[in-house]
Formats: sequence, C-alpha cells, structure tokens
Amino acid sequence: MAPTVPTERDLRLDLFRGLALWLIYLDHIPSNIVAWVTIRNYGFSDATEIFIFISGFTAAFVYGRAMRDYGFVVSGARVLKRAWQIYVAHIFLFAIYLAQIAYVARSFQNPLYAEEMGVLDFLQQPDVTIFQALLLKFKPVNMDVLPLYIVLMVFFAPVLWLLLRNATFALFLSAGLYAATWQFGWNLPAYPAGGWFFNPFAWQLLFVFGAWCALGGVERLKTLLRSRVTIAIAIAYLIFAFCITLTWHFPRFAPLVPKWLAEHIYPIDKTNLDVLRFAHFLALATITVYFVPRDWPLLKSDWLRPAILCGQHSLEIFCLGVFLAFAAHFAKVEISGGIPMQIAVSVLGILIMIAVAWLLSWYKTSAERKGAVRPKTPDADLAGGEA
Amino acid sequence: MKRLILALLIGLFSAAPAVGEDPVVPLPQADPCDVPAYLLVGDAKLEEVAKAFKERRELRILVLGTGSSALAGGGFRAYPASLEEALKRRFPDITVNVLAEAKARLKAADMVQNLEKLLLDRKPDLVVWQTGTVDAMRGVNADEFRHTLDEGIDAIHEAGADAVLMNMQYSPRTESMIQSGAYADTMRIVARDRDIPLFDRLEIMRYWNDNGNFDLNTGTRDSAMAQKVHDCIGRALASLIIEAADLDRIKANPTQ
Repeated sequence: MAPTVPTERDLRLDLFRGLALWLIYLDHIPSNIVAWVTIRNYGFSDATEIFIFISGFTAAFVYGRAMRDYGFVVSGARVLKRAWQIYVAHIFLFAIYLAQIAYVARSFQNPLYAEEMGVLDFLQQPDVTIFQALLLKFKPVNMDVLPLYIVLMVFFAPVLWLLLRNATFALFLSAGLYAATWQFGWNLPAYPAGGWFFNPFAWQLLFVFGAWCALGGVERLKTLLRSRVTIAIAIAYLIFAFCITLTWHFPRFAPLVPKWLAEHIYPIDKTNLDVLRFAHFLALATITVYFVPRDWPLLKSDWLRPAILCGQHSLEIFCLGVFLAFAAHFAKVEISGGIPMQIAVSVLGILIMIAVAWLLSWYKTSAERKGAVRPKTPDADLAGGEA
Repeated sequence: MKRLILALLIGLFSAAPAVGEDPVVPLPQADPCDVPAYLLVGDAKLEEVAKAFKERRELRILVLGTGSSALAGGGFRAYPASLEEALKRRFPDITVNVLAEAKARLKAADMVQNLEKLLLDRKPDLVVWQTGTVDAMRGVNADEFRHTLDEGIDAIHEAGADAVLMNMQYSPRTESMIQSGAYADTMRIVARDRDIPLFDRLEIMRYWNDNGNFDLNTGTRDSAMAQKVHDCIGRALASLIIEAADLDRIKANPTQ
C-alpha cells in the first residue's frame, strides 16, 4: 500500500511548534525564573523533541507532495535548498555569537574568573575556529539544534523516497540505526573534542518518525491512539516521569527512588535521545492528540494565533530566539539580573518573536496578493508550516 | 490582530518599568559569607576525617583542583588556605594540614591520571575534588565525565581517604558560553549515588550573588573581591567538613 500524502493543513503542528520555540527561548536564557514553566522541569523530554518531530512531520508533508508531483530530482533539490538556508542561518548566528564573545573578552576582567575566561581562548586562533564552525564541528552553547536539523535535511530526500515507497520499512531502518548507535556509540566528531551534543544518528529517529506519521502513520495508529488503554498508559508514564523529575528539584525526595530503579533509568541521555525521553515525548503527543482534535475551535481563535504564526516561520523565529537569548543575557549582565528583569526579558522576547512572525506572514500574503509568488507552487512556508 | 497589538502594548508597558531598576537591594549583612543550611548540610558522612579527629592525629586534607582553586598573583590566598585557617581557629589543639594541588585547564580525566601517585605521596584523610569547569568548557561527553568521577572516587576511597566533590563557580558573565548545568547535575547525581558530600559552589555563589553579598558581575582587575569570595568559600567548606564529620559532637564527647 502506497502511503498517502495528506493535503489539508493541520494547524496543531504550527501551534505546538510555535510553543516549542517559545520554550526553547525561555530555556536558553541562563538563570531565568520564567524557565520554570517549561516542560523540561516536569518530565524527561523537552521542547527540542517537539521541534524535531514537528519539523520531520512538516518536511514530509511539504516535500512528500512535491516528490509525488514533480519527482525525486526536483523535490530533492528543494530539500537541499532548504538545508542550505538552515546552514546560512546557522553561520549567521555564529557571527552574532562571535561578536558577543569578543565583546566579553575585551570588556570583562575579574581575577576570580581567570579559569572561566579560558572559554574565550578560541578567539586566539580564529582561523581554526571559524573553519571548524563552517564544518559544523564547532558548536557553541545553545547553537546545536540547527546543525542537527541541517544534517537531517541533507539526507532527507532519499529517506523520503523510501518513506513514500514503503513507510514502515523506512521506519524500521531508522530504528535500526538508532539501536546501532546505542550499541556501537556512533556520533559525529565535534571540535575541540567529543561528539555532537545532539547526536544525529540517534535523533534522526524522531525526525523520521515525524515524517512517517505525516505520510499515513497517524491514520494507521488511529485505533491505537483512541484506545483507553493507550491513554491510561501514557498518563501513567507522564505521572511517573513527573515524580522522578520532582526528585531532581527536591533532592530530599531523591532517596525515595529505589536504587534498582535509579540504576536502570540514570543517566537520561539527551545527546543520544534516551529511550525514556522518546517515550515521554510519545506519551505527551498521544495525550495532546487525544485532547486537542484537528478541528479544535480554538485553533482558529485569535488567542492561539501568535503561537501559530511563530510556528509557521519556525526557522526565522528559532534563529531570532537564539539571538534574543544572547541579548537577554546581555541585558541581565549589564543592567540587572534580578527577577523583574528575568520576567521582562522573557515576555519582551516572546512579544518580539510574535511581532516578527506577524511581519513575516504579512510580507508573504501581500507578496502573494500582488502575484509576485505563484500561489500554486507547493510552498514550504505556508503549506502546514515550513519544513 | 487588534488584540495582538493590544497584547503587545500591554506587555511593553508592564515590562518597561522593570528595565533599569535594580531589584536586588543589598541588605546590611552581618557576615557576607553566610550560607543557608540547606546548601551545606547533607546526609553523607566523612568517616575518615572523624576517625583522625578522634585519634587526635594530624588532619591531612588534599584539595585537588583547577584554576578556580587558586588565585593568581603574589600574596593572595585562595580558599584552601582559608579552609585551613578556619579549621585551625575552630580546633586550635588539632594539627590541620591543607595541601592544594591546583593546576589550570585540567579536565577531570587529566586529574585522575595523576591521582594515585598524589594519594601515595600525600596520604590525605580527605580529598576535596574540585572539577567540572574545564569539562564543561570543553564539552566532554556526559557519560565519560560521570565515569571519570566514579574512577576518581574509587581511587580516593581505596587510598583510605574521604572524598568531597566541589562543582564549578557561579559565573554570570560566562553563563551563556559555558553550559555548566548538565555537568553540575552529573556531579550531584554521582555524589548522591556514592554517598559523599558535595560542596555546591555553584549554588552557594549564586546565592551570594542573588542575595547581594557579592556582585559577581563586577569587572575588575583587582583581586580584592576574588580574595573575599575565596575566603568565604574556604569558611563554608570548613563548615561542611565539620558538619559531615560531626566534629563538634566528637569534640564535646571525645570518648564516645
């Protein structure tokens, strides 16, 4: 049975990707009290899982249709063009990061932090650093999601080809690669040492799973997703994860976790997308799909519009978020680091993200109205969110 | 869309007054070194320290650390010296010997390589192992880091010494460049699993900063503040050791 490519746009994807972008922004501001609201504090998985899954889903949605209509070469070229856009965005962010680092190196001195300032050592040899950054091997803090996304997109065309022929087989291969990665410890090398923070060999599973869901997987899982047993298991697992996470915040509860259990679950590995994280994301997604139907009336309301807009321009808004997190840290250091400031930069940052997303969609619609862009072309940005 | 603009404006107005205000009003502090008890007191015990203290032997402490366990420039005392002083002041009739072995830029794995020889040479009753900063800066693999910590603690225990782990400094300026959180968490988990005390320097210094005891954002070439912070760290570390080895009780009832 050839998988079908759905044609109707699902606003839930945009909504939750938009929310994920806000959460990623909040988590990226160091020592931010508002980050207490983000999901990573209440379970194993965090906004990264949501972002990667939905990105896989929309990539299959957009390029799957293109591959069916225009063939492998044309759609493959489009996928690579998208990967190139993400690469350029990553290098742009790197330039901003360098500027920030160089500023700190020049303006800040304190004998107390002689050791910590060693993190700026790479400024001594910009030739090596910049070259390694171009190779995606040098990945400063908070900038590791885009390199993962780039690698996933570069290899997406053949994956999509296989998904369209035999979706389940493709998913099996993906799971096999994930298992082999855990077995043999594969990862891409990073500079100056170690591997990638988000191991692409492991995280591809979530991306491919998202794509599989988009290409008929959700239809196949429908009975499973509607079953009360599934919902009960998902809720039980979420409660379990919540209780475990609670012991991280309140160490005095930690002894309540039996030793055998702790030995089994720790460490919960983010780099290699721990199975516990993956399962936590699945449980979250199951519950969400159950309680938020596709035709949920609120999806069309003005209240959720800001998040949906952000989700529809995810690459731009993600980059903006990383930049704003730098700016927020700067404001905290230069002006004040107190709680009012933390709340102010959190709220302001999200408002700026919404404003820019609104501006971007205004650009797009006004350009389409003038006929500058042929509306018939499958559009990576608005056909259910960009890929 | 009107509502969105309205929301934007409301957000701007409600956020604006907060910018530029300094919310942390430094309270007049009797002692800038004060640390709330929950940051110092744990369940883990220091048996070897207690034993040496009971037998009234010389108490030998080895501080194994990196750049943040030392202060550059002549005449400045880093926290190992103030630890020694604090213990001596509290127990004048006990000989306390604190040796600092601090070398800049060492990862935990580099320190473990040299550890056995150090333990043989120094024969400490207690090793304070300060690590994590360089590992976080270099982005050492989390699993490897955890494994290295276990290895080091094994070596310390085999040499018949107690271990205390000390994590990184709170450094607000470099917070968005060094991802300390995951490494600090690993150290907490390892300390808990191995039942050894953790000196949570990260949270203690964060508390001092947020409470107004020290403004750790200050840029200066002068070592005066660094000196004061180290002095407080040494004293807090002494409190942790006294608490975890129950030295006050032993002193009160030496025969028990």
